[in-house]
Amino acid sequence: MIRAALKSLLGRKVRLLMSTFAIVLGVAFVAGSLIFSDTLNRSFTALFASTVGDVVVRPVGGTTADGAPSTVTLPASLLDRLRDVDGAARVDGNVNAFGVFVISDRGKVVSGFGPPAIGGNWSDAPAGHGLQGLAVVEGHEPHGPDEVVLDERTAERAGYAVGDRVVIIPSTAVQPEPGADFDSLRLTPTLVGIAGFPSGGSLNGATYAAFDTATAQDLFLGGEDAYTDVWVTAADGVSQEQLRDAVAEVLPDGVEAVTGDDAADESASDLLEAVSFLTTFLLIFAGISLVVGAFLIVNTFSMLVAQRSRELALLRALGASKRQVIWSVQLEAFVLGVIGATLGLGLGVLLAMGIRALFSNFGLDLAGQPLIFAPRTFVAAYVVGVVVTMAAAWLPARRTGRIAPVQALRDDVALPESSLRRRLWIGLALIVVGLAVLWLGLFSDLPHGGWQTGGGILAILLGVAAASPVISRPVLAVAQAAFARLFGTVGNLAGQNSLRNPRRTAATASALMIGLALACTMAIVGDSAKASVDRSVEENFVGDFVVSNVIGTGFTPAIGDRMERVDGVQRVVRERFDAGERDGERQGVSAVEPADVGSLELDITDGDQSGLSAGSVLVQRSWADDEDLGVGDQLTFEMPAGERTYTVGGVFEDNPVIVWPVLLTLDDFVDAGFPETDNVLIVFTDDSPGIQDRLDEVVADLPVVTVKDQAGFAQEQRAPIDQFVRIIFALLGLALVIAVLGIVNTLALSVIERTREVGLLRAIGLSRSQLRRMITLEAVVIAVLGALLGVLLGVGFGVALMYAVRDQGLEVISVPFGQLAVFLVLSVVIGVLAAVFPARRAARLDVLRAIATE
Amino acid sequence: MTEVSTFSPPAGTVPAARVRGLTKTYGTGQALVRALDDVTLDIAAGEFTAVMGPSGSGKSTLMHCCAALDTADSGEVWIGDQDITRLKDKALTRLRRDEIGFVFQSFNLVPTLTAEENIKLPMAIAGRRLDQAWYDSVVATVDLGDRLGHKPNELSGGQQQRVAVARALASRPRIVFADEPTGNLDSRSGAEVLELLRHAVDDHGQTVVMVTHDPVAAAYTDRVVFLADGRVVDELRDPTREQVLDVMNRMAEQTPS
Repeated sequence: MIRAALKSLLGRKVRLLMSTFAIVLGVAFVAGSLIFSDTLNRSFTALFASTVGDVVVRPVGGTTADGAPSTVTLPASLLDRLRDVDGAARVDGNVNAFGVFVISDRGKVVSGFGPPAIGGNWSDAPAGHGLQGLAVVEGHEPHGPDEVVLDERTAERAGYAVGDRVVIIPSTAVQPEPGADFDSLRLTPTLVGIAGFPSGGSLNGATYAAFDTATAQDLFLGGEDAYTDVWVTAADGVSQEQLRDAVAEVLPDGVEAVTGDDAADESASDLLEAVSFLTTFLLIFAGISLVVGAFLIVNTFSMLVAQRSRELALLRALGASKRQVIWSVQLEAFVLGVIGATLGLGLGVLLAMGIRALFSNFGLDLAGQPLIFAPRTFVAAYVVGVVVTMAAAWLPARRTGRIAPVQALRDDVALPESSLRRRLWIGLALIVVGLAVLWLGLFSDLPHGGWQTGGGILAILLGVAAASPVISRPVLAVAQAAFARLFGTVGNLAGQNSLRNPRRTAATASALMIGLALACTMAIVGDSAKASVDRSVEENFVGDFVVSNVIGTGFTPAIGDRMERVDGVQRVVRERFDAGERDGERQGVSAVEPADVGSLELDITDGDQSGLSAGSVLVQRSWADDEDLGVGDQLTFEMPAGERTYTVGGVFEDNPVIVWPVLLTLDDFVDAGFPETDNVLIVFTDDSPGIQDRLDEVVADLPVVTVKDQAGFAQEQRAPIDQFVRIIFALLGLALVIAVLGIVNTLALSVIERTREVGLLRAIGLSRSQLRRMITLEAVVIAVLGALLGVLLGVGFGVALMYAVRDQGLEVISVPFGQLAVFLVLSVVIGVLAAVFPARRAARLDVLRAIATE
Repeated sequence: MTEVSTFSPPAGTVPAARVRGLTKTYGTGQALVRALDDVTLDIAAGEFTAVMGPSGSGKSTLMHCCAALDTADSGEVWIGDQDITRLKDKALTRLRRDEIGFVFQSFNLVPTLTAEENIKLPMAIAGRRLDQAWYDSVVATVDLGDRLGHKPNELSGGQQQRVAVARALASRPRIVFADEPTGNLDSRSGAEVLELLRHAVDDHGQTVVMVTHDPVAAAYTDRVVFLADGRVVDELRDPTREQVLDVMNRMAEQTPS
């Protein structure tokens, strides 16, 4: 029995391999995302382990939103006290600052959008557990104000070698002396050394520039003899915990000691959380391609089983039991699943490498980190591959059990089919359940709304797929009539063929439907998001220009000062933002000068402008509603400089210019311990000619800071959406490829099934080109059906999604009809392409042999 | 019995098909089978010809070669004034479409089309205008009545084969080939189909060539050509069932056992 099953598998290699392709892709997504996230994990854990000491002494709440050191420092005197602690082998003070950009030899900023640009003091202190941290691998350590050390990858990317003059812009640096030139912000030290991890590994795309301690203090701490944190190295035989406890006893209030292990875990988990969306994302696509793949497998197995029904009946006649026949089909599915999973695993490795390369484009450089293959990756790949394949083959396999042995003796064996009516009801039930779940996910306050939304969409898609043989009949009938009119007999035959087995036509179209439905949903979400951004920028953009840092980090207030003095500038509004903690959660805050609130044209609905004053804040409408806050309520934050409590003095309508929902005064912001750097400048001018050029000139030496008018600002706001939509389209493109293969497969199988009929048509005079046209038209019917269903569902999903989030700042629902039309046209093209191979095959059939085929 | 290599139709008629020195072999060496061994034969226009012979005599191969469904190793097949062994696929397709009609043992109707659509299919494929008068008379002889709008699976075997015959006749081909048209039918349905072919010959001068091994079917024809081992070995004109049986018995006796 097993041999019979395997033999028949071998006899149908090509066909089965095509349907395996879907499994391969699905498994590849699963394996690729697991491999990548493991690799990411390992590399960050390794990186952070070698960037902390045995015990780290730091100010409480001493880091800001993006992990940058705050302005609260530790005095040098603390180091002496720490040296006397029992078990401390050595004590090293560190000065670290973020936003210290290295400019390449071509004048470009060397950095991505995620990893920080770090500046600091060079230290040869050992990392925790005696690990060697960064070490100078070439040249020597920096001494004096004119020497710097860069990490290997940064030096390489920037194109600098030891001995070169390097351009560094510490954009967060405190203000230069009044009247001093901007050149003081633009450092040009000599590169004297290259730092690296001697045991391998990299900074994962972060850039690191190190000076000697005095220079770093000058540059980043305003010359204060202080440190941002201190490493205490344990003496032999002293554990990190023991040392931490001993150190804690001598610390003043507001300073804490943590073990290196804890500090490393903290940093790593923060970062990993930030990138975990990607893993989720890839797994969702794995799910999509597996669902689409399952359709193809059901279809392929149904057809293969139908073609073999006589053979299976013969096996029954020879004494095989029902179960044996069913399991022989399942065995084929198992083997197919194993093959698919193996190929998928291989492709997954390539995919992980691809993602790694993609990320290094965005600055997250993992080149030094080999890919990690955890056992669970293998388990997941094979379980997913085999389970999905066998589950999908189960329906057709079960049907083989109903073949009666006597059918072996009959000429035309028809496989018993489940009734279409039952399918219709099951489909409709699924659609109703899906709609209900989708509604819950979108419009109720249940937690995990995302799951319900996704589940609802999936249920509706499956429901439509199940019901599609019935609901697509009118479409097919119209297509048939249209074809008959347009293409005569050939069109009529093609139309009839698509109607002949509505299950098959519908199942094949369903694969395309799912991919297109999701593509349309994303097209609508993306388009609506962009339209909302445009509208909100248009409504809320005040002033004439916005000045901000490419990465959103702060820059020196000196830029604002300069711009105020530019001819034609009437007013410069400074906005700063950062994050503190509220109820244990990170919460971003913004800050402006109270005098500037008027010119920002905030729509203050409760309270008024005077609500923004010392100790009193304005909050954004949607956030106030979520947090149930009103004028007069108290807000308590854990800020870098300690606990701060503010009174809500007013509520304003959401406004993209104010990035975070809580608006402080600049004085309160500085008092909270945040760095004195501006994040956004809003410049009001008299619109005199050449004004933008004059503003550009101010930041000419600072390539990280750009000046944008309204269009440029909107463009910048839209860019992430565009990028997001592009990535999703690329992934959905793969789902479409699977669907195309599905059409190819179905057509190829149905041509084989109809060999005799094809032979007859050729015998009575159908020419090869007419035959090709007939099969192409069949493919087009399938593709158009799938596209119609997909676009309809996608528009429904997209509009529903956007409607659900309309009060979260995305109030415009925009349907990109042009794009949808492109999808429809594309589906016709897909149909034509999918028919090429099966049509050629049919045209090549030998007429006589085709007719003689049983 | 004499070895006969050339059979000519009665003087004064133009042959619809001419076969000259047709040879076809399958396999090589020990396994070499001569399906057709230098066959020369004329098919008279307006006649009903039966090709008979035991299994493996080459009768089906002969018909397939004449009908442009199969190619021979050597020799010529003329349909009208064309040597079809020299034609390319396109021309062959056109030939099959315009000059030849087929009736198969297993009906071979297109299951998605109605009886009427099946009958009109060759003309529809060719994009030719339907000769309505001719179509009406064909349909009338086929005698399907109200079942013209039915799909093949709603028709009996005899009805399906009558539709197949109508399809072959409808495009007024030069010659109709029928491959054991009664093989899958009971005797009554078979008789109806044979009557139909006979009528086509008598009333409309249609040329029909039929492969069969049923002496009853052969008795409907004007002429029976007997094949054995790929060669034409005998022929009868205006045969009766007894005469046909007689020849067949003789041939069986000559076959070394």
